[in-house]
Amino acid sequence: MNDFSDAFATALDLMRSFDPAFIEIVALSLKVSVTAVFFAALLGLPLGALLALKKFPGRGIAVVFLNALMGLPPVVVGLVIYLMLSRAGPFGVFGLLYTPTAMIVAQTVLVLPIIAAIARQTIADLHTEYADQLKSLGAREGQMILTLLAEGRSSLLTALLAGFGRAIAEVGAVMVVGGNIDHYTRTMTTAIALETSKGNLSLAMALGMLLILLTIAVNAAAFGLRRRFSLLGGAS
Amino acid sequence: MRRWNFIAVLIAALIFLPLRVAAADLLLVSTTSTENSGLFSYLLPKFTAATGIKVHVVAVGTGQALKIGERGDADVLLVHDKPSELAFVAAGYGIDRRQVMYNDFVIVGPAADPAGVAKAASATAAFARIRAAKAPFISRGDESGTHKLEGRLWAALDLRPQSGGDGWYRSIGAGMGAALNMAAASDAYTLSDRGTWLSFQNRRNLTVLYDGDPALFNQYALILVNPARHPHVHVTEARRLMDWLISAEGQAAIASFKIGGQSLFIPNYGKETP
Repeated sequence: MNDFSDAFATALDLMRSFDPAFIEIVALSLKVSVTAVFFAALLGLPLGALLALKKFPGRGIAVVFLNALMGLPPVVVGLVIYLMLSRAGPFGVFGLLYTPTAMIVAQTVLVLPIIAAIARQTIADLHTEYADQLKSLGAREGQMILTLLAEGRSSLLTALLAGFGRAIAEVGAVMVVGGNIDHYTRTMTTAIALETSKGNLSLAMALGMLLILLTIAVNAAAFGLRRRFSLLGGAS
Repeated sequence: MRRWNFIAVLIAALIFLPLRVAAADLLLVSTTSTENSGLFSYLLPKFTAATGIKVHVVAVGTGQALKIGERGDADVLLVHDKPSELAFVAAGYGIDRRQVMYNDFVIVGPAADPAGVAKAASATAAFARIRAAKAPFISRGDESGTHKLEGRLWAALDLRPQSGGDGWYRSIGAGMGAALNMAAASDAYTLSDRGTWLSFQNRRNLTVLYDGDPALFNQYALILVNPARHPHVHVTEARRLMDWLISAEGQAAIASFKIGGQSLFIPNYGKETP
């Protein structure tokens, strides 16, 4: 139990000290993961809506495929993005490897299937419920998608949180494409991996506790947001 | 509604804060042994203060470092496996190899030393004792410089231990720190570079049981990624780093990096090596 009380004390010290190096790591973790969720939502919500509403041959297979992609191994995504962004790869000229941008790209790829799959399910369910009503009101397809997205916002927020949870917690992809560079691409998770490998277990555990705390804080903020949402949403 | 705007602005600010572009920063790919020991966070601020050049360090095993260099994803390498370094240079992937510092490898294991490694007359004899006792041994198994030296020591005994089942030889495919953590947790032997060992904090029962054989000599060398092959390499900045590390100032800085009063790396640019 000594290990955990040490870790707890270290975590408290870290929080109290406002160590700039530590703040920097937390800020980068948040920034990379929030940005990745933002872009994944930008692409994933419309993609989910399309898969839910458009009928086309092979849609069933596409849905199975999308759901399976929720289980993408981060380290494999990291490797694929690494090969793409490497100087010897197709996007090498941009020199993006070992930058925060590369980490955002990798996490966007990881989070996209989660957001798209949950969005698709939500919208498909709402559609069966409201399709006739919306049609009788003369809604066009674009209006329909927007209405259904608005109607399902509570579930969609869960999709975003699931995506954020995956992004902030993963280490495999950001380690490979970010390189864990001190003061540049070091996140909470890669710092934990580094401290563990140095045998500095109490600091590693302390960082782990703070990462969990951070995730709780983000989810609490989202919970507050959701309440706000449903109040503003009125009748529904 | 005002709170909404605030949240939206907060999220937008977080997202669109300019991402620092690494265009002018130097990328040094090195080994976990040098990074984990804290050498770079000690040395590089001095270099940056002297030259204004910022250096980013990516720490991986020597095998992976050479691969990264081959693909042109680094400017300079600092690695420690002479045979593969020479092959790398011979293949035209790198130029200007300079031996810059050394330390040594140590065989660590449980203080009780069931295999009697402490009584061994040489590094290979120590390995032979581990093999004879079938005492648990953790192998890096990751093509790092340390792993390659380990392979040469087994080869000198005409042995190729295979990992499998609950056998005594365990190839873990991970960095030095992970290997030490595992050895500490399972009372196993392992081969470590001295730098990582000295800075490692989770030793439990582990202790250095054997060192001092010239076969355990650990030379680090700088290699510039070949700019003829990869024109984007920051040649000017890279050369300044290489020049600084071999300068009197740089060599003195390496020597002055100590943990518990002990130097982790000994500068030896331009000197004969054993």
